[in-house]
Amino acid sequence: MAKVFIYPATSLILSDLVARFGHTPLSAAQSIREHIQTAGLESPPLQISPEDPKKGLKYAAVEVPSGVRGRMSLYGPMIEDAEAGIIIHDADLAFGCMGCARTNELIIFLLKKRDIPVLELNYPKTDSEGAEFVAAIRDFLKGLGRSK
Amino acid sequence: MNEYIPRYQGTVTKYVFVESPEMTPQDLAVRAYEISEGAMIKETCFGLQVTGTAYEVEKIIGALRELDPDHIFVKDRGFPPGDPRRCRANLGGARPGYFGHEFEISLIRHVSYGLHALPLRDEQSVPHPPSPGPETRLGIDKLKQLVEAQEP
Repeated sequence: MAKVFIYPATSLILSDLVARFGHTPLSAAQSIREHIQTAGLESPPLQISPEDPKKGLKYAAVEVPSGVRGRMSLYGPMIEDAEAGIIIHDADLAFGCMGCARTNELIIFLLKKRDIPVLELNYPKTDSEGAEFVAAIRDFLKGLGRSK
Repeated sequence: MNEYIPRYQGTVTKYVFVESPEMTPQDLAVRAYEISEGAMIKETCFGLQVTGTAYEVEKIIGALRELDPDHIFVKDRGFPPGDPRRCRANLGGARPGYFGHEFEISLIRHVSYGLHALPLRDEQSVPHPPSPGPETRLGIDKLKQLVEAQEP
C-alpha cells in the first residue's frame, strides 16, 4: 500500500479512487485533522500555531507570504512522505477560497522535483474520458504495487 | 489566548457522497444507523458524515460502499461535524469546501461510468486519459493584433 499525494489535496474523486484501489491518499484533511485534534492554545480556525510558518520556511523563503508558508507546513511534510503523486491540472477549485495559486505551483514543483512516479491528468468531461481517467488511475496505482 | 481542548479527539470523520439514480442519502443513513455501534452518523443533502474510531468508520464505509459501489464516493474530513469554526450555522453560508465538492459532483457521473466500464475493459489496453495539453502562450502576432485593435 503506497502513500499517494493527491492534487487538489481536497479532491473527492482522487481521494476516493486512490483508497478504492487499495492505497493511502495523502489529502489536506489528514493534516488538518492532526492540527485540530492536538491540544494547545486556541488558534482558530485551523489551529495553525506560530511554529507552523517556521516549518514552512523549509519550503518557501521568508519573503514569501506567511499564507504560503502556513499552507506548506501542512502540505510539505506530506509531499516528503509521499511515494507517488496524482495531479489534476485543470482544477480551478484549488484556487480562490479553497487555496492559493502560488502554494499550488510550489506543490506541483515539489512533487515533480521528487523522484517519485507522478500521474498528470485533467478532469473527465465525457463518459469515454471518464472510462480512460479511471483506467489510467487504476493502472498507475497497480504499477506502484508492482514496483514495491 | 485560551486553552484549546479538542472535541472528538482520536476520531476520524469521513464524507460519504452518493450520486446514484437508485439510492438516496436517506437510504444510506438508514443502513449506516443499522450497522453503527456508536459512531456518529450525520445525514446531509449529498450523503453522510461518519465520525468514530478509524476501525469503526472503515467498517461502516465498507458496508455502505457495497450498496452501490460505482456511485458512492468517500473522502476524509479534517473537522468533525458541527464544529463551530466550520459549521455553516455559525459562518452564515456554505463553507468554502462545498464549492469544490459541488464542482466535482458535477463531473462524478463520468467517473461512475468509468468505474462501471472498468471490469469490461481489456486489461492490456493502454488508457488515454484526458491530459494537460502543451502550455499555450500569447503569440507576438496576437499581442500586436490586440494592441492595434485597441480603441482610441
